[in-house]
Amino acid sequence: MRAVRSLGAVLLLLAIAGTACAEDQESVVSMLSQNRISITANFDGSEVFVFGAVKRESPPPEDSEMEVIITLTGPLEPVLVRRKKKVLGVWVNVDTVEVDAAPSFYAVAANKPLDQIVSNVEDIFKDISVNQLIRSVGAPSHIHDSPEFTKALIRIREMQGLYSNDPIPITVSDDTLFGAHFAMPANLVEGEYLARIFLIRNKTVVSEHSNMIEVRKVGLERWIYSEAHNHPFTYGLLCVLVAALTGWAASAIFRRVG
Amino acid sequence: MSLASSAAKTLNKSSALAEPSSPFPLVSCRRSIAMQIYLPIAEVSVNALLLLGLGGIVGLLSGMFGVGGGFLMTPLLFLIGIPAAVAVATEANQIVAASISGALAHYRRKTVDLQMGAYLLAGGIVGAAAGVQIFAVVKEIGQIDLMVRLCYVLFLGVIGSLMFIESVRAILRTRKNTGFRRKLHEHNWIHGLPIKVKFRTSGLYISAIPVLTIGACVGVLAAIMGVGGGFIMVPAMIYILGMPTKVVVGTSLFQIVFVTAFTTVMHATTNQTVDLALAFLLFVGGVIGAQIGTRIGGKLPAEQLRVLLAIIVMAVCAKLALDLVLQPSELFSLERL
Repeated sequence: MRAVRSLGAVLLLLAIAGTACAEDQESVVSMLSQNRISITANFDGSEVFVFGAVKRESPPPEDSEMEVIITLTGPLEPVLVRRKKKVLGVWVNVDTVEVDAAPSFYAVAANKPLDQIVSNVEDIFKDISVNQLIRSVGAPSHIHDSPEFTKALIRIREMQGLYSNDPIPITVSDDTLFGAHFAMPANLVEGEYLARIFLIRNKTVVSEHSNMIEVRKVGLERWIYSEAHNHPFTYGLLCVLVAALTGWAASAIFRRVG
Repeated sequence: MSLASSAAKTLNKSSALAEPSSPFPLVSCRRSIAMQIYLPIAEVSVNALLLLGLGGIVGLLSGMFGVGGGFLMTPLLFLIGIPAAVAVATEANQIVAASISGALAHYRRKTVDLQMGAYLLAGGIVGAAAGVQIFAVVKEIGQIDLMVRLCYVLFLGVIGSLMFIESVRAILRTRKNTGFRRKLHEHNWIHGLPIKVKFRTSGLYISAIPVLTIGACVGVLAAIMGVGGGFIMVPAMIYILGMPTKVVVGTSLFQIVFVTAFTTVMHATTNQTVDLALAFLLFVGGVIGAQIGTRIGGKLPAEQLRVLLAIIVMAVCAKLALDLVLQPSELFSLERL
Protein backbone atom coordinates (compact mmCIF):
# COMPACT_ATOMS: atom_id res chain seq x y z
CA MET A 1 0.00 0.00 0.00
CA ARG A 2 2.74 2.34 1.05
CA ALA A 3 4.79 1.33 -1.95
CA VAL A 4 1.90 2.14 -4.28
CA ARG A 5 1.44 5.52 -2.65
CA SER A 6 5.17 6.25 -2.86
CA LEU A 7 5.16 5.25 -6.50
CA GLY A 8 2.21 7.55 -7.16
CA ALA A 9 4.02 10.40 -5.47
CA VAL A 10 7.16 9.75 -7.51
CA LEU A 11 5.12 9.89 -10.72
CA LEU A 12 3.53 13.13 -9.54
CA LEU A 13 6.98 14.54 -8.87
CA LEU A 14 8.11 13.52 -12.31
CA ALA A 15 5.15 15.34 -13.77
CA ILE A 16 6.03 18.46 -11.78
CA ALA A 17 9.66 18.11 -12.80
CA GLY A 18 8.61 17.82 -16.39
CA THR A 19 6.29 20.81 -16.55
CA ALA A 20 7.82 23.29 -14.13
CA CYS A 21 10.08 25.82 -15.72
CA ALA A 22 13.40 26.04 -13.97
CA GLU A 23 15.54 29.13 -13.68
CA ASP A 24 18.67 27.08 -13.02
CA GLN A 25 19.94 24.52 -15.35
CA GLU A 26 19.23 21.79 -12.83
CA SER A 27 17.03 21.94 -9.79
CA VAL A 28 15.74 19.45 -7.28
CA VAL A 29 12.27 18.75 -5.94
CA SER A 30 11.48 16.36 -3.15
CA MET A 31 8.75 14.84 -1.03
CA LEU A 32 8.42 12.82 2.14
CA SER A 33 6.52 9.65 2.87
CA GLN A 34 4.94 11.50 5.79
CA ASN A 35 4.81 15.05 7.08
CA ARG A 36 3.85 14.20 10.61
CA ILE A 37 5.13 11.76 13.19
CA SER A 38 2.97 11.13 16.23
CA ILE A 39 4.58 10.02 19.46
CA THR A 40 2.02 7.77 21.08
CA ALA A 41 2.31 5.74 24.27
CA ASN A 42 3.70 2.74 22.41
CA PHE A 43 5.83 4.82 20.02
CA ASP A 44 8.81 2.76 19.02
CA GLY A 45 10.47 4.87 16.39
CA SER A 46 9.41 5.66 12.89
CA GLU A 47 10.67 5.50 9.36
CA VAL A 48 10.68 8.34 6.88
CA PHE A 49 11.24 7.92 3.17
CA VAL A 50 12.68 11.03 1.55
CA PHE A 51 12.58 10.98 -2.25
CA GLY A 52 12.96 13.44 -5.04
CA ALA A 53 13.70 14.14 -8.63
CA VAL A 54 15.93 16.44 -10.63
CA LYS A 55 14.27 18.67 -13.18
CA ARG A 56 16.30 20.11 -16.00
CA GLU A 57 15.78 22.13 -19.17
CA SER A 58 18.63 20.59 -21.08
CA PRO A 59 20.50 17.29 -20.98
CA PRO A 60 22.71 16.88 -17.89
CA PRO A 61 26.24 18.28 -18.18
CA GLU A 62 28.71 15.56 -19.04
CA ASP A 63 31.84 17.04 -17.53
CA SER A 64 30.79 16.33 -13.93
CA GLU A 65 28.93 13.70 -11.95
CA MET A 66 25.72 14.50 -10.13
CA GLU A 67 25.78 13.78 -6.41
CA VAL A 68 22.98 13.93 -3.83
CA ILE A 69 23.06 14.50 -0.09
CA ILE A 70 19.97 14.37 2.12
CA THR A 71 20.10 15.46 5.75
CA LEU A 72 17.36 15.04 8.30
CA THR A 73 17.72 17.29 11.35
CA GLY A 74 15.68 17.77 14.51
CA PRO A 75 14.99 21.13 16.16
CA LEU A 76 18.06 23.04 17.39
CA GLU A 77 18.17 23.48 21.13
CA PRO A 78 20.69 24.39 23.83
CA VAL A 79 22.36 21.53 25.73
CA LEU A 80 24.50 21.43 28.85
CA VAL A 81 27.47 19.08 28.53
CA ARG A 82 28.94 18.06 31.87
CA ARG A 83 32.20 16.26 32.56
CA LYS A 84 32.84 14.11 35.61
CA LYS A 85 36.10 14.16 37.55
CA LYS A 86 37.15 12.19 40.57
CA VAL A 87 36.64 14.19 43.75
CA LEU A 88 37.39 12.50 47.09
CA GLY A 89 37.12 9.08 45.46
CA VAL A 90 33.74 9.73 43.87
CA TRP A 91 32.99 10.69 40.25
CA VAL A 92 31.33 14.10 40.31
CA ASN A 93 30.16 16.47 37.55
CA VAL A 94 32.80 19.19 37.67
CA ASP A 95 33.01 21.04 34.34
CA THR A 96 30.01 22.27 32.40
CA VAL A 97 29.91 23.74 28.91
CA GLU A 98 26.73 25.14 27.47
CA VAL A 99 26.32 24.33 23.79
CA ASP A 100 24.10 27.10 22.46
CA ALA A 101 22.41 25.07 19.76
CA ALA A 102 22.64 21.46 18.75
CA PRO A 103 20.18 19.51 16.61
CA SER A 104 18.19 17.05 18.70
CA PHE A 105 18.45 14.58 15.82
CA TYR A 106 20.74 14.27 12.81
CA ALA A 107 20.99 11.71 10.06
CA VAL A 108 22.51 11.97 6.61
CA ALA A 109 22.16 10.06 3.37
CA ALA A 110 24.46 10.35 0.38
CA ASN A 111 25.43 8.41 -2.70
CA LYS A 112 29.14 8.47 -1.70
CA PRO A 113 31.18 9.32 1.42
CA LEU A 114 30.60 12.99 2.24
CA ASP A 115 34.20 14.20 1.88
CA GLN A 116 34.32 12.82 -1.66
CA ILE A 117 31.35 14.82 -2.88
CA VAL A 118 31.31 18.13 -1.04
CA SER A 119 34.05 20.62 -0.20
CA ASN A 120 34.74 21.80 3.32
CA VAL A 121 33.88 25.36 2.42
CA GLU A 122 30.54 24.32 1.02
CA ASP A 123 29.88 22.21 4.12
CA ILE A 124 30.52 25.22 6.37
CA PHE A 125 28.45 27.47 4.12
CA LYS A 126 25.44 25.15 3.89
CA ASP A 127 25.60 23.55 7.36
CA ILE A 128 25.57 20.03 5.97
CA SER A 129 27.46 17.92 8.50
CA VAL A 130 26.51 17.72 12.15
CA ASN A 131 29.70 19.51 13.26
CA GLN A 132 28.57 22.57 11.32
CA LEU A 133 25.10 22.49 12.88
CA ILE A 134 26.37 22.54 16.45
CA ARG A 135 26.96 26.08 17.66
CA SER A 136 29.09 26.52 20.74
CA VAL A 137 30.00 30.13 21.40
CA GLY A 138 32.39 29.63 24.25
CA ALA A 139 33.30 27.68 27.32
CA PRO A 140 34.07 29.16 30.76
CA SER A 141 37.68 30.41 30.84
CA HIS A 142 38.95 27.62 33.09
CA ILE A 143 38.02 24.97 30.51
CA HIS A 144 40.72 24.79 27.87
CA ASP A 145 39.52 21.80 25.94
CA SER A 146 36.01 22.85 24.93
CA PRO A 147 36.13 20.91 21.61
CA GLU A 148 36.15 17.76 23.76
CA PHE A 149 32.67 18.71 24.99
CA THR A 150 31.31 19.03 21.45
CA LYS A 151 32.88 15.68 20.56
CA ALA A 152 31.28 14.13 23.64
CA LEU A 153 27.89 15.55 22.64
CA ILE A 154 28.18 13.91 19.22
CA ARG A 155 29.48 10.65 20.68
CA ILE A 156 26.69 10.35 23.28
CA ARG A 157 23.95 11.17 20.80
CA GLU A 158 25.40 8.64 18.36
CA MET A 159 25.16 6.04 21.12
CA GLN A 160 21.56 7.03 21.79
CA GLY A 161 20.79 6.58 18.10
CA LEU A 162 20.04 10.29 17.70
CA TYR A 163 23.00 11.17 15.47
CA SER A 164 24.43 9.17 12.66
CA ASN A 165 27.35 10.43 10.64
CA ASP A 166 27.68 7.36 8.44
CA PRO A 167 25.69 8.25 5.35
CA ILE A 168 22.73 6.05 4.51
CA PRO A 169 23.14 4.96 0.87
CA ILE A 170 21.12 6.78 -1.77
CA THR A 171 20.46 5.21 -5.10
CA VAL A 172 20.13 7.55 -8.02
CA SER A 173 18.25 6.21 -11.05
CA ASP A 174 18.88 7.70 -14.50
CA ASP A 175 20.50 10.79 -12.97
CA THR A 176 16.96 11.86 -12.05
CA LEU A 177 15.23 9.90 -9.32
CA PHE A 178 16.60 9.28 -5.86
CA GLY A 179 15.40 8.31 -2.43
CA ALA A 180 16.55 7.25 1.04
CA HIS A 181 14.97 5.66 4.09
CA PHE A 182 15.62 7.28 7.44
CA ALA A 183 14.95 5.32 10.61
CA MET A 184 14.07 7.53 13.54
CA PRO A 185 14.41 6.21 17.10
CA ALA A 186 11.81 6.21 19.88
CA ASN A 187 13.49 8.93 21.94
CA LEU A 188 12.60 11.81 19.61
CA VAL A 189 12.18 15.38 20.78
CA GLU A 190 9.03 17.19 19.69
CA GLY A 191 9.31 19.89 17.07
CA GLU A 192 9.86 20.61 13.43
CA TYR A 193 12.28 18.30 11.64
CA LEU A 194 13.81 19.41 8.38
CA ALA A 195 14.72 17.18 5.46
CA ARG A 196 17.17 19.03 3.21
CA ILE A 197 18.19 17.77 -0.19
CA PHE A 198 21.38 19.03 -1.82
CA LEU A 199 22.17 18.49 -5.47
CA ILE A 200 25.91 18.69 -5.94
CA ARG A 201 28.29 18.98 -8.88
CA ASN A 202 32.02 19.60 -8.69
CA LYS A 203 31.81 19.55 -4.86
CA THR A 204 29.47 22.56 -4.94
CA VAL A 205 25.75 22.69 -4.20
CA VAL A 206 23.88 23.55 -7.39
CA SER A 207 20.38 23.21 -6.03
CA GLU A 208 18.66 22.50 -2.74
CA HIS A 209 15.18 21.87 -1.49
CA SER A 210 13.72 21.21 1.93
CA ASN A 211 10.63 19.65 3.48
CA MET A 212 9.34 19.73 7.00
CA ILE A 213 8.13 16.93 9.25
CA GLU A 214 6.29 17.72 12.40
CA VAL A 215 6.98 15.43 15.35
CA ARG A 216 4.41 15.67 18.12
CA LYS A 217 3.34 13.79 21.17
CA VAL A 218 -0.32 12.84 20.81
CA GLY A 219 -3.09 11.34 22.90
CA LEU A 220 -2.35 10.51 26.51
CA GLU A 221 1.34 11.32 26.07
CA ARG A 222 0.53 14.83 24.87
CA TRP A 223 -2.03 15.31 27.61
CA ILE A 224 0.22 14.19 30.49
CA TYR A 225 3.13 16.24 29.22
CA SER A 226 1.16 19.45 28.70
CA GLU A 227 -0.78 19.13 31.97
CA ALA A 228 2.46 18.57 33.89
CA HIS A 229 3.97 21.72 32.40
CA ASN A 230 0.95 24.01 32.05
CA HIS A 231 -1.10 23.15 35.12
CA PRO A 232 1.46 21.60 37.47
CA PHE A 233 -0.63 22.07 40.61
CA THR A 234 -3.80 20.38 39.35
CA TYR A 235 -1.60 17.75 37.69
CA GLY A 236 0.04 17.03 41.05
CA LEU A 237 -3.36 16.74 42.73
CA LEU A 238 -4.51 14.43 39.96
CA CYS A 239 -1.46 12.18 40.46
CA VAL A 240 -2.28 11.93 44.18
CA LEU A 241 -5.92 11.20 43.41
CA VAL A 242 -5.06 8.44 40.94
CA ALA A 243 -2.64 6.94 43.48
CA ALA A 244 -5.21 7.06 46.28
CA LEU A 245 -7.93 5.50 44.13
CA THR A 246 -5.66 2.72 42.83
CA GLY A 247 -4.47 1.86 46.32
CA TRP A 248 -7.97 1.92 47.76
CA ALA A 249 -9.52 0.00 44.86
CA ALA A 250 -6.89 -2.73 45.08
CA SER A 251 -7.50 -3.31 48.77
CA ALA A 252 -11.28 -3.26 48.25
CA ILE A 253 -11.06 -5.80 45.44
CA PHE A 254 -8.68 -8.09 47.32
CA ARG A 255 -10.82 -7.94 50.45
CA ARG A 256 -13.76 -9.24 48.43
CA VAL A 257 -11.63 -11.94 46.76
CA GLY A 258 -10.49 -12.95 50.23
CA MET B 1 22.73 -6.45 38.13
CA SER B 2 21.47 -8.75 35.41
CA LEU B 3 18.18 -6.88 35.70
CA ALA B 4 19.99 -3.62 35.07
CA SER B 5 21.87 -4.90 32.07
CA SER B 6 18.80 -6.47 30.48
CA ALA B 7 16.91 -3.23 31.06
CA ALA B 8 19.77 -1.29 29.51
CA LYS B 9 19.60 -3.62 26.53
CA THR B 10 15.88 -2.96 26.18
CA LEU B 11 16.56 0.76 26.22
CA ASN B 12 19.33 0.46 23.68
CA LYS B 13 17.24 -1.71 21.45
CA SER B 14 14.47 0.83 21.35
CA SER B 15 16.75 3.73 20.56
CA ALA B 16 19.14 2.07 18.14
CA LEU B 17 18.67 2.93 14.52
CA ALA B 18 17.60 0.16 12.23
CA GLU B 19 20.43 -0.61 9.88
CA PRO B 20 20.08 1.07 6.51
CA SER B 21 19.45 -1.76 4.12
CA SER B 22 18.32 -1.19 0.57
CA PRO B 23 17.19 2.37 0.03
CA PHE B 24 13.76 1.25 -1.14
CA PRO B 25 12.54 -1.47 1.24
CA LEU B 26 8.83 -2.02 0.99
CA VAL B 27 7.99 -3.05 4.51
CA SER B 28 9.20 -1.69 7.79
CA CYS B 29 9.80 -4.31 10.46
CA ARG B 30 10.50 -2.12 13.46
CA ARG B 31 7.22 -2.78 15.27
CA SER B 32 8.24 -6.15 16.64
CA ILE B 33 9.40 -5.09 20.11
CA ALA B 34 6.35 -5.66 22.29
CA MET B 35 5.01 -3.52 25.09
CA GLN B 36 7.48 -0.66 24.88
CA ILE B 37 5.95 2.38 26.51
CA TYR B 38 7.18 5.92 26.05
CA LEU B 39 7.15 7.75 29.39
CA PRO B 40 6.09 11.35 28.72
CA ILE B 41 7.96 13.07 31.57
CA ALA B 42 10.98 10.78 31.92
CA GLU B 43 11.23 10.90 28.09
CA VAL B 44 12.53 7.38 27.79
CA SER B 45 10.98 4.30 26.27
CA VAL B 46 10.80 1.36 28.68
CA ASN B 47 9.18 -2.05 28.61
CA ALA B 48 5.80 -1.79 30.36
CA LEU B 49 5.97 -5.39 31.58
CA LEU B 50 9.34 -4.66 33.19
CA LEU B 51 7.76 -1.77 35.14
CA LEU B 52 4.75 -3.87 36.18
CA GLY B 53 7.13 -6.63 37.23
CA LEU B 54 9.35 -4.29 39.25
CA GLY B 55 6.26 -2.84 40.94
CA GLY B 56 5.04 -6.34 41.65
CA ILE B 57 8.30 -7.64 43.11
CA VAL B 58 8.88 -4.61 45.30
CA GLY B 59 5.20 -4.68 46.31
CA LEU B 60 5.53 -8.38 47.19
CA LEU B 61 8.57 -7.68 49.36
CA SER B 62 6.87 -4.75 51.05
CA GLY B 63 3.73 -6.80 51.72
CA MET B 64 5.79 -9.65 53.16
CA PHE B 65 7.96 -7.52 55.38
CA GLY B 66 5.72 -4.56 56.08
CA VAL B 67 8.24 -2.12 54.66
CA GLY B 68 7.30 0.69 52.29
CA GLY B 69 9.41 -0.40 49.36
CA GLY B 70 10.36 3.11 48.24
CA PHE B 71 13.95 2.63 49.32
CA LEU B 72 14.18 -0.35 46.94
CA MET B 73 12.07 0.95 44.07
CA THR B 74 13.80 4.30 43.58
CA PRO B 75 17.31 2.82 43.11
CA LEU B 76 15.87 0.11 40.83
CA LEU B 77 14.36 2.88 38.69
CA PHE B 78 17.84 4.48 38.42
CA LEU B 79 19.22 1.15 37.28
CA ILE B 80 16.71 0.82 34.42
CA GLY B 81 17.60 4.28 33.16
CA ILE B 82 14.94 6.59 34.62
CA PRO B 83 16.52 9.98 35.49
CA ALA B 84 17.03 10.29 39.26
CA ALA B 85 14.88 13.41 39.52
CA VAL B 86 11.90 11.66 37.88
CA ALA B 87 12.46 8.45 39.84
CA VAL B 88 12.37 10.24 43.21
CA ALA B 89 9.30 12.39 42.51
CA THR B 90 7.34 9.57 40.90
CA GLU B 91 8.19 7.16 43.68
CA ALA B 92 6.82 9.61 46.26
CA ASN B 93 3.58 9.44 44.29
CA GLN B 94 3.66 5.65 44.24
CA ILE B 95 4.00 5.48 48.01
CA VAL B 96 0.63 7.23 48.32
CA ALA B 97 -0.93 4.31 46.45
CA ALA B 98 1.09 1.73 48.38
CA SER B 99 0.30 3.07 51.88
CA ILE B 100 -3.29 4.24 51.63
CA SER B 101 -4.97 0.88 52.05
CA GLY B 102 -2.82 0.07 55.08
CA ALA B 103 -3.52 3.47 56.59
CA LEU B 104 -7.28 3.01 56.07
CA ALA B 105 -7.20 -0.47 57.61
CA HIS B 106 -5.42 0.85 60.71
CA TYR B 107 -7.83 3.78 60.90
CA ARG B 108 -10.80 1.39 60.90
CA ARG B 109 -9.16 -0.69 63.62
CA LYS B 110 -8.54 2.52 65.59
CA THR B 111 -4.81 1.84 65.77
CA VAL B 112 -3.86 5.37 64.67
CA ASP B 113 -2.93 8.08 67.14
CA LEU B 114 -4.45 10.93 65.14
CA GLN B 115 -3.08 13.63 67.42
CA MET B 116 0.46 12.27 67.27
CA GLY B 117 -0.04 11.78 63.52
CA ALA B 118 -1.05 15.43 63.12
CA TYR B 119 2.12 16.63 64.90
CA LEU B 120 4.30 14.29 62.83
CA LEU B 121 2.50 15.48 59.72
CA ALA B 122 3.03 19.15 60.55
CA GLY B 123 6.75 18.48 60.91
CA GLY B 124 6.68 16.34 57.77
CA ILE B 125 5.14 19.05 55.63
CA VAL B 126 7.76 21.59 56.70
CA GLY B 127 10.50 19.01 56.06
CA ALA B 128 9.11 18.01 52.66
CA ALA B 129 8.74 21.64 51.56
CA ALA B 130 12.36 22.29 52.53
CA GLY B 131 13.45 19.03 50.89
CA VAL B 132 11.80 19.91 47.56
CA GLN B 133 13.53 23.31 47.59
CA ILE B 134 16.92 21.68 48.30
CA PHE B 135 16.17 19.23 45.50
CA ALA B 136 15.40 22.05 43.05
CA VAL B 137 18.62 23.93 43.91
CA VAL B 138 20.81 20.83 43.63
CA LYS B 139 19.11 19.90 40.35
CA GLU B 140 19.87 23.38 39.03
CA ILE B 141 23.60 22.98 39.69
CA GLY B 142 23.61 19.56 38.03
CA GLN B 143 24.40 17.42 41.08
CA ILE B 144 21.00 15.85 41.76
CA ASP B 145 22.04 12.40 40.57
CA LEU B 146 25.07 12.47 42.80
CA MET B 147 23.18 13.71 45.86
CA VAL B 148 20.35 11.19 45.55
CA ARG B 149 22.76 8.33 44.91
CA LEU B 150 25.01 9.29 47.84
CA CYS B 151 21.98 9.46 50.14
CA TYR B 152 20.94 6.01 48.94
CA VAL B 153 24.34 4.45 49.42
CA LEU B 154 24.41 5.79 52.95
CA PHE B 155 20.86 4.77 53.87
CA LEU B 156 20.81 1.40 52.17
CA GLY B 157 24.18 0.58 53.69
CA VAL B 158 23.00 1.41 57.19
CA ILE B 159 19.56 -0.20 56.85
CA GLY B 160 20.87 -3.28 55.09
CA SER B 161 23.53 -4.00 57.69
CA LEU B 162 21.21 -3.26 60.63
CA MET B 163 18.56 -5.51 59.15
CA PHE B 164 21.12 -8.22 58.52
CA ILE B 165 22.50 -8.14 62.06
CA GLU B 166 19.01 -7.95 63.56
CA SER B 167 17.64 -10.88 61.58
CA VAL B 168 20.67 -13.08 62.14
CA ARG B 169 20.31 -12.38 65.85
CA ALA B 170 16.61 -13.20 65.69
CA ILE B 171 17.37 -16.53 64.05
CA LEU B 172 19.96 -17.36 66.72
CA ARG B 173 17.53 -16.27 69.45
CA THR B 174 14.72 -18.53 68.24
CA ARG B 175 17.16 -21.44 68.09
CA LYS B 176 18.31 -20.88 71.66
CA ASN B 177 14.73 -20.07 72.62
CA THR B 178 15.71 -17.72 75.41
CA GLY B 179 13.26 -15.08 76.58
CA PHE B 180 14.26 -11.47 76.07
CA ARG B 181 12.42 -8.42 77.31
CA ARG B 182 12.93 -4.75 76.69
CA LYS B 183 11.75 -2.12 79.12
CA LEU B 184 8.70 -0.49 77.50
CA HIS B 185 9.75 3.06 77.91
CA GLU B 186 12.63 4.54 79.66
CA HIS B 187 12.97 8.06 80.93
CA ASN B 188 15.66 9.81 78.98
CA TRP B 189 16.72 13.34 77.94
CA ILE B 190 13.67 13.59 75.63
CA HIS B 191 11.47 13.92 78.68
CA GLY B 192 13.34 17.01 79.83
CA LEU B 193 12.38 19.10 76.77
CA PRO B 194 9.78 21.90 77.03
CA ILE B 195 6.38 22.42 75.24
CA LYS B 196 4.85 19.24 76.60
CA VAL B 197 1.73 17.86 74.98
CA LYS B 198 -0.61 15.10 76.14
CA PHE B 199 -1.07 12.34 73.53
CA ARG B 200 -4.11 10.40 74.78
CA THR B 201 -4.17 7.42 72.43
CA SER B 202 -0.49 6.70 73.01
CA GLY B 203 -0.77 7.51 76.70
CA LEU B 204 2.21 9.87 76.55
CA TYR B 205 2.94 13.30 78.00
CA ILE B 206 6.03 14.43 76.08
CA SER B 207 7.53 17.49 74.41
CA ALA B 208 6.31 18.35 70.90
CA ILE B 209 9.88 19.17 69.80
CA PRO B 210 11.15 15.61 69.15
CA VAL B 211 7.81 14.71 67.50
CA LEU B 212 8.01 17.63 65.08
CA THR B 213 11.71 16.96 64.45
CA ILE B 214 11.14 13.30 63.59
CA GLY B 215 8.28 14.33 61.28
CA ALA B 216 10.49 16.92 59.58
CA CYS B 217 13.40 14.49 59.04
CA VAL B 218 11.01 12.01 57.42
CA GLY B 219 9.59 14.81 55.24
CA VAL B 220 13.06 15.75 53.98
CA LEU B 221 13.79 12.10 53.17
CA ALA B 222 10.48 11.79 51.29
CA ALA B 223 11.32 14.80 49.15
CA ILE B 224 14.98 14.01 48.44
CA MET B 225 14.90 10.22 48.24
CA GLY B 226 11.33 9.36 47.30
CA VAL B 227 10.81 7.11 50.31
CA GLY B 228 8.00 6.98 52.85
CA GLY B 229 10.49 6.98 55.68
CA GLY B 230 8.75 4.32 57.77
CA PHE B 231 12.08 2.58 58.35
CA ILE B 232 13.30 5.67 60.24
CA MET B 233 10.01 6.73 61.77
CA VAL B 234 8.92 3.40 63.26
CA PRO B 235 12.09 2.82 65.30
CA ALA B 236 12.15 6.51 66.29
CA MET B 237 8.56 6.31 67.53
CA ILE B 238 9.30 3.21 69.58
CA TYR B 239 12.73 4.00 70.95
CA ILE B 240 12.79 7.81 71.14
CA LEU B 241 9.16 8.70 71.80
CA GLY B 242 8.28 5.47 73.60
CA MET B 243 4.98 4.99 71.76
CA PRO B 244 3.07 1.73 72.29
CA THR B 245 3.77 -0.62 69.39
CA LYS B 246 0.04 -1.11 68.77
CA VAL B 247 -0.37 2.38 67.28
CA VAL B 248 3.12 2.82 65.75
CA VAL B 249 2.53 1.32 62.31
CA GLY B 250 -0.91 2.91 61.80
CA THR B 251 0.29 6.33 62.88
CA SER B 252 3.38 6.20 60.68
CA LEU B 253 1.28 5.10 57.66
CA PHE B 254 -1.12 7.99 58.36
CA GLN B 255 1.79 10.45 58.28
CA ILE B 256 3.38 8.82 55.21
CA VAL B 257 0.21 9.02 53.09
CA PHE B 258 -0.16 12.73 53.64
CA VAL B 259 3.52 13.66 53.50
CA THR B 260 4.12 11.75 50.25
CA ALA B 261 0.91 13.23 48.78
CA PHE B 262 2.19 16.70 49.69
CA THR B 263 5.65 15.85 48.31
CA THR B 264 4.10 14.69 45.03
CA VAL B 265 2.26 17.98 44.56
CA MET B 266 5.38 19.98 45.53
CA HIS B 267 7.59 18.07 43.07
CA ALA B 268 4.93 18.45 40.37
CA THR B 269 4.79 22.22 40.83
CA THR B 270 8.48 22.92 41.53
CA ASN B 271 10.38 20.43 39.40
CA GLN B 272 7.77 19.00 36.99
CA THR B 273 9.24 15.55 37.47
CA VAL B 274 6.21 13.40 38.39
CA ASP B 275 5.54 10.94 35.57
CA LEU B 276 1.94 9.75 35.86
CA ALA B 277 2.37 7.02 33.22
CA LEU B 278 5.36 5.57 35.07
CA ALA B 279 3.63 5.99 38.44
CA PHE B 280 0.46 4.25 37.27
CA LEU B 281 2.30 1.13 36.06
CA LEU B 282 4.16 0.99 39.36
CA PHE B 283 0.89 1.46 41.32
CA VAL B 284 -0.76 -1.44 39.57
CA GLY B 285 2.21 -3.78 39.93
CA GLY B 286 2.84 -2.57 43.47
CA VAL B 287 -0.63 -2.90 44.96
CA ILE B 288 -1.16 -6.36 43.50
CA GLY B 289 2.28 -7.50 44.67
CA ALA B 290 1.64 -6.07 48.14
CA GLN B 291 -1.69 -7.89 48.53
CA ILE B 292 -0.11 -11.18 47.53
CA GLY B 293 2.90 -10.47 49.74
CA THR B 294 0.72 -9.84 52.80
CA ARG B 295 -1.07 -13.16 52.23
CA ILE B 296 1.99 -15.33 51.77
CA GLY B 297 4.13 -13.37 54.25
CA GLY B 298 2.64 -15.14 57.28
CA LYS B 299 3.22 -18.60 55.86
CA LEU B 300 6.93 -18.25 55.16
CA PRO B 301 9.91 -18.41 57.50
CA ALA B 302 10.07 -14.69 58.32
CA GLU B 303 13.57 -14.49 59.77
CA GLN B 304 15.26 -16.29 56.91
CA LEU B 305 13.40 -14.09 54.43
CA ARG B 306 14.48 -11.01 56.34
CA VAL B 307 18.10 -12.07 55.89
CA LEU B 308 17.36 -12.33 52.17
CA LEU B 309 15.85 -8.84 52.11
CA ALA B 310 18.88 -7.50 53.96
CA ILE B 311 21.14 -9.09 51.34
CA ILE B 312 19.09 -7.57 48.50
CA VAL B 313 19.30 -4.14 50.13
CA MET B 314 23.07 -4.46 50.59
CA ALA B 315 23.52 -5.65 47.00
CA VAL B 316 21.63 -2.63 45.60
CA CYS B 317 23.71 -0.41 47.87
CA ALA B 318 26.95 -2.01 46.64
CA LYS B 319 25.92 -1.55 43.01
CA LEU B 320 25.16 2.15 43.55
CA ALA B 321 28.39 2.64 45.48
CA LEU B 322 30.47 0.96 42.76
CA ASP B 323 28.85 3.18 40.13
CA LEU B 324 29.98 6.22 42.08
CA VAL B 325 33.52 5.01 42.71
CA LEU B 326 34.49 3.15 39.53
CA GLN B 327 35.43 5.22 36.52
CA PRO B 328 32.34 5.46 34.31
CA SER B 329 32.77 4.43 30.68
CA GLU B 330 31.45 7.83 29.61
CA LEU B 331 32.68 10.79 31.65
CA PHE B 332 30.41 13.24 29.88
CA SER B 333 26.68 13.62 30.25
CA LEU B 334 24.06 15.76 28.54
CA GLU B 335 21.22 17.81 29.92
CA ARG B 336 18.70 19.47 27.65
CA LEU B 337 17.68 22.96 28.66
